[in-house]
Amino acid sequence: MPPELAVLVKPLAAAVLGGLVCGVVGVWVVLMNIPFVGVAMSHAAFAGAVTGLLLGINPLLVAAVFCLAASLLIGPMAERADIEPNVSLGIIFSVVLGFAFLAIGLMRGPRAEALNMIWGSILLVSTPDLVLMAGATGAVLLFLGLFYKEIQAVLYNREIARAVGIPERALFFAMLVLCGLSVTANLSTIGGLLIFSLIVNPPSAAFQLTYKLKTMYLLSALFGILSCLVGLLVSWLTDAPAGAVIIITSSAVFGLALLFSPKRRKLVS
Amino acid sequence: MGPGTKDAGRGTEAVSLHSVTVSYREHIALRDVTLDIGRGDFCGVIGPNGAGKTTLLTIINGLGRIHTGTVDIMGERATGTSFGRLRRRIGYVAQQERVDPRAPISCLEAVLVGRCGRAGLLRRLEQGDRERARQMMELTRTSHLAARPVGQLSGGEARKIALARALVQEPEILLLDEPTSNLDPRAVRELSELVVDAYRRFNLTVVMVTHQLDHLPPVANRIIMVKNARVTFTGDRTALDDARLMAELFADAA
Repeated sequence: MPPELAVLVKPLAAAVLGGLVCGVVGVWVVLMNIPFVGVAMSHAAFAGAVTGLLLGINPLLVAAVFCLAASLLIGPMAERADIEPNVSLGIIFSVVLGFAFLAIGLMRGPRAEALNMIWGSILLVSTPDLVLMAGATGAVLLFLGLFYKEIQAVLYNREIARAVGIPERALFFAMLVLCGLSVTANLSTIGGLLIFSLIVNPPSAAFQLTYKLKTMYLLSALFGILSCLVGLLVSWLTDAPAGAVIIITSSAVFGLALLFSPKRRKLVS
Repeated sequence: MGPGTKDAGRGTEAVSLHSVTVSYREHIALRDVTLDIGRGDFCGVIGPNGAGKTTLLTIINGLGRIHTGTVDIMGERATGTSFGRLRRRIGYVAQQERVDPRAPISCLEAVLVGRCGRAGLLRRLEQGDRERARQMMELTRTSHLAARPVGQLSGGEARKIALARALVQEPEILLLDEPTSNLDPRAVRELSELVVDAYRRFNLTVVMVTHQLDHLPPVANRIIMVKNARVTFTGDRTALDDARLMAELFADAA
């Protein structure tokens, strides 16, 4: 393999893993209609990473802790009928952003590493990053495989899932935690401010195109991977920030899916 | 475990509530309710809107949380941990299931959800489960809907699918929350027939909430009246003919 292509091996692996795992957990986020969870978590992860950098602790570790804390806050808040989810999101969102910018502000010297957490740098992905991504992807796929029918029930209707005797709450929290893990694992490649779109756009595109859940998982993962690969390629060729191109690509995929959605035509006519 | 093997607590009541109070923050939804529902009863819960009828159903299957009091299901004390298991024996048809018409779940898949609790974690649904789902869809006359997205059903069809899902659990208790509301007269009749057929066929205990008394099938032998978060009357069906009782129940309905 020519050396200029050899440098692409790790980024390519990162693109496939990142697109895949975001595509899968995105299906949960979209079908449960909780996009705010994705927003809050990705920003919590970002805030955690920046705080970690400031304190000299492994940023991804702190990101994971922040993410976990956010999911444990969001879950009960989303359950309570007396707090509007949009309000709880607003609160969590402002708290984590406050932390993030506080940490950035307090940093001495160059802030390139912190800014990387915003935009990500898929071309510079390290082996430990890849291991983490592979671990997160493996955990998500394993969970999906083991509890496929229960997850399907939860996605269909949480109240019904609970009523038939499925441990719905435990599954819901496990899904939130896995979302957080996926966000954390992709923080340094896609970036904290952008990963949310990668969780929402591919499954939303897939949602437009199929009435079958399995197909939705497959399409969503495919769109996620495609977006990451295109972003990587464009970034490599033009020096554009990869995260931004990934998001624009995934948004374009969503736009096309919406345009050609059989559901849309059926609902309009 | 089918209805035939439920002798563990034979002789005890299907549902037994003792001094149950339910509150949502400062609002009290049910106040000091004590009542028994016998096995094999077809029990109608009637009362004005907002009286607490739905709350009564949700404490029987543990979806609602009680503030004080005790709940026994089939002779077993219902607690946070035992409810997960008990719920598998309780079929529940909720008032209304709002499902996105674009949701990627077919009616057959929605009915199969009823098998998930019973099958248990880490076990795939088997041919027998699918067979059972098909039988219940036949019974509820919904076989032709199997492949249809579950969000694209008429009101009557959605109730029948929900009934099929509840029956596929092979429940011993069936809870129905206003199953006939907002349906045209023909659909009301059909759903009533299906419920009564299932009641007889599977030896169920049925608790049916309604505010339309004429929707209560003649087979309903017991009546529970709920008003202002209290159970004001429990007794047999003749209460429905008691003009004074009925007038009191629906007088100045909140």
